[in-house]
Amino acid sequence: MKKVPYRNRISKVLGVSLIIFLLFSISLYSQEEAVAENAEVAAEEGTADASAGDPAKGKSLFNQNCAACHALNRKMTGPALANVESKLAEEEGLDKEWLYAWIKNSPGMIKSGDAYSVKIYNEYNQAAMTAFPTLSDQDIDDILAYTAAPPPEAAPAVAGTADDSGSAKSSGISNEILLGALAVVFGLLVLMLFLVNSTLRRIAEANGVVLEKERAEKRIPIWKAFAQNQFLVLVTAIFLLLGSAYFAYGWMMQVGVDQGYAPIQPIHYSHKIHAGDNKIECKYCHSSARVSKHSGIPSLNVCMNCHKSIYEYKGNPEGPTKEDLANGYTNDFYTGEIKKLYKAVGWDEENQRYTGESQPIEWVRIHNLPDFAYFNHSQHVSVAGIECQTCHGPVEEMEIMYQYSPLTMGWCVECHRDTNVKVEGNEYYTKIHAELSKKYGVDQLTAAQMGGLECGKCHY
Amino acid sequence: MKSFGKIGMVLVGILVFFSCQDEKIPNYQYMPNMYEPVSYETYDEAYFLPKGTEALTPPENTIPRGWLPYGYENTLEGKELARVQISPLDSLQKEENLVIGKELYDIYCAICHGANGKGQGNLVKREKILGVPSYADAARNITVGTTFHTVQHGLNSMGSYASQMSTTEMWQVSEYVMKLKEDLTK
Repeated sequence: MKKVPYRNRISKVLGVSLIIFLLFSISLYSQEEAVAENAEVAAEEGTADASAGDPAKGKSLFNQNCAACHALNRKMTGPALANVESKLAEEEGLDKEWLYAWIKNSPGMIKSGDAYSVKIYNEYNQAAMTAFPTLSDQDIDDILAYTAAPPPEAAPAVAGTADDSGSAKSSGISNEILLGALAVVFGLLVLMLFLVNSTLRRIAEANGVVLEKERAEKRIPIWKAFAQNQFLVLVTAIFLLLGSAYFAYGWMMQVGVDQGYAPIQPIHYSHKIHAGDNKIECKYCHSSARVSKHSGIPSLNVCMNCHKSIYEYKGNPEGPTKEDLANGYTNDFYTGEIKKLYKAVGWDEENQRYTGESQPIEWVRIHNLPDFAYFNHSQHVSVAGIECQTCHGPVEEMEIMYQYSPLTMGWCVECHRDTNVKVEGNEYYTKIHAELSKKYGVDQLTAAQMGGLECGKCHY
Repeated sequence: MKSFGKIGMVLVGILVFFSCQDEKIPNYQYMPNMYEPVSYETYDEAYFLPKGTEALTPPENTIPRGWLPYGYENTLEGKELARVQISPLDSLQKEENLVIGKELYDIYCAICHGANGKGQGNLVKREKILGVPSYADAARNITVGTTFHTVQHGLNSMGSYASQMSTTEMWQVSEYVMKLKEDLTK
């Protein structure tokens, strides 16, 4: 037989794929061009507004020098700066020369008694602006161009995230539909089995077949036979007792152990965002862990070190994950939690000052050692140099903080037996380590050999 | 059918029992009067204190342990007066102080100012906080005295770090900042 090649079909497939390819490439190309045009138009507008300033360069200068105290559309330590040049010209009749002078030497202008300088200085709590003598007139032009027309946000990125969320939703729905369909099919199967069973029974009855059940009743029932066999009863009783003792022991051992305890806190504070995404050191907030018994909860002024500037949650560049969205952890949700902080600490966002009406936040303590056990953070953190994660687990991945370790005595003792004492750079230990290691005949002493298992070290 | 009912009751009983093991409430304790402290503990509530909290700022005209009174006011004039102040730490132990200073700097400052003091910490790179200057910025012309003044009182958007470090530690950090500035302007 001769093989006939399907010429037609291959050419068709090729043709269709070519059309698809062309279609997509054309749309991609056209979009890029449109964006590029937009950017060009915006840039042109910018240059038209401010005489010969480069807004892109201005943005980097602005972020570097001004953004600590100024935002475009929001009062911070200093006033909002969007269109500052035209605003000043219209409302105060001040020209660019005034701005040059002010930016380069604002304290000097206040001292010389310039009317508007003194007014703005008093309006913003007499927070004087740093002088920038190093900025050239061209630099200031660039910054002013940026404040007049900030470069457009990347539009494709927004579209991309929108698509992402759409697909996430649709996949969620399809999963649910699949599960539902499976459940329906399973239910139908069970129903069918019942129906078949009952029909078979009816047929058997109609045919006069006597069911086995009636015959079986004439025998000794199985539980009676079991009760008569005393050996079997004894063995079963022993097994039952042992089994229940095992479970009872397990249950009693977990009384008083709070592993996994994750209470709801008054403010939803995410360690994942702070310690994980932003890589803030644990000891930044829990600073007393270095020097005292307690690893203290930060007072609210420590929160405000950063949250004076960070007033809203903008999330990661890749946007919230599907998991976060499913839990309701949207950007708005986190921003709301920051507002709770502002309320507690009494921070007036509008005027950027403290109102003095503060309210303590009632955090719920997670790690509770019993009163009869003594534990000192600084001994472990500063002297032994143990990572926080050794005991507290992967805190940088915890959206909701929970107790990772059991905090039982067995757990403490196990670590003291396994961990070597850190002697480098610690003169306090040099002599005792030399003598004890000679006595025990080892190179490195564990915490236990150094006395870490003595009762009185922790219980007194 | 009766046995079904009994099994059901046992199951419900087990469910009720295990549903008590909630992660959001603490577990039972054997002898709570040995577990729960009788004395006042850190961060407790205390009805006789203002707002019922133990976490309060120290009373006025007192000095917390480890801190020393700082004579320069939280104003620009105070900062200018502090400019000529020199570090009170022992200059013979400069190396040791710089080691501790680096440790503390990496914890408290590097998150914004960057490990090398260029103003490119992780929060700046992620555009959470902007406008952090480099220590080499000629217009700011920092000295060890103004650095200490800024750490003690804060400046504009930067808050005070006096609650996180003792006076000695703040001087150690200030000396390390000056070392970073020297390295940058080399």
